Amino acid sequence: MYSKGFKPLAVATVVTLAAAMALVFFYAPLDADQGFVQKIFYVHVPMAIVSLCGFVAGGIMAIRYLRSGDSSWDLRSYVAIHISIILGVGVLATGAIWARASWGHWWVWDEPVLVSFLVVELLYCVYYPLRFSIEDPERQARYSSVFAIAAGAFVPLNFAAVRMAEAYTHPRVLSQTGGNLPGEMRLTFLVSLLAMALLFVTLWKLELISKHASMQLKRLKRKLAEREAVAA
Amino acid sequence: MPALPLDEAGKYVAGAYVVFLTLIVVYVAILGAKIARIERDLSDLISEEDE
Repeated sequence: MYSKGFKPLAVATVVTLAAAMALVFFYAPLDADQGFVQKIFYVHVPMAIVSLCGFVAGGIMAIRYLRSGDSSWDLRSYVAIHISIILGVGVLATGAIWARASWGHWWVWDEPVLVSFLVVELLYCVYYPLRFSIEDPERQARYSSVFAIAAGAFVPLNFAAVRMAEAYTHPRVLSQTGGNLPGEMRLTFLVSLLAMALLFVTLWKLELISKHASMQLKRLKRKLAEREAVAA
Repeated sequence: MPALPLDEAGKYVAGAYVVFLTLIVVYVAILGAKIARIERDLSDLISEEDE
């Protein structure tokens, strides 16, 4: 069901990731201001963008669940949020490393980009206890979907608030007019973003395949147990 | 802050990329273990049915 097209997708992800790494370290020029440390940008920012888009996608899939009642959309939404949370941990870790190298501190509380991402991450950490504290599968899916939609709507609002914030202490390399990046840096960034997006979709599909197989197995075990009970 | 010299900056850049790769490798390894367990359970079921 979910394994259709997985192999070519996985190959494309590996090739694009390798190309992105090659571009980062052998093609993109050194930043005049930050020097070699700016290379963190090519992993940190794409990961943040993909993670935030994953949260929004989780919300959209939750809307589809509520509209259709098809539980596969709830599963898709859950897996998208799950992977976004994992990428979010990576964003916070790489952001802290970048902050330490650029500003001399692991964490800066008056930096709106860092703090707002932490707020989003902590908000989504509530998703797990909410989801798994409800035993009834239908209620679990419905409540989780409502949360996913509300939190998914918060993500772009949060992003807009950061954009409108006054303190631009975070290295600002992209702007609304298309970015201040020179051509080589922009190409490297776009390939890195594509690689991260492909990685997200690959992991999402892999997790769905695993969850679907696990559910099928449980169903099969239940049916066999029922058959044995009838035979006995 | 002025740009860090290459040897010092290299540690931070390597750290960031290692964090990213470790995260992905650990996640894929956990998923791989889950899928292996499903396969094992499935082959157990099949052998039980054959008996």
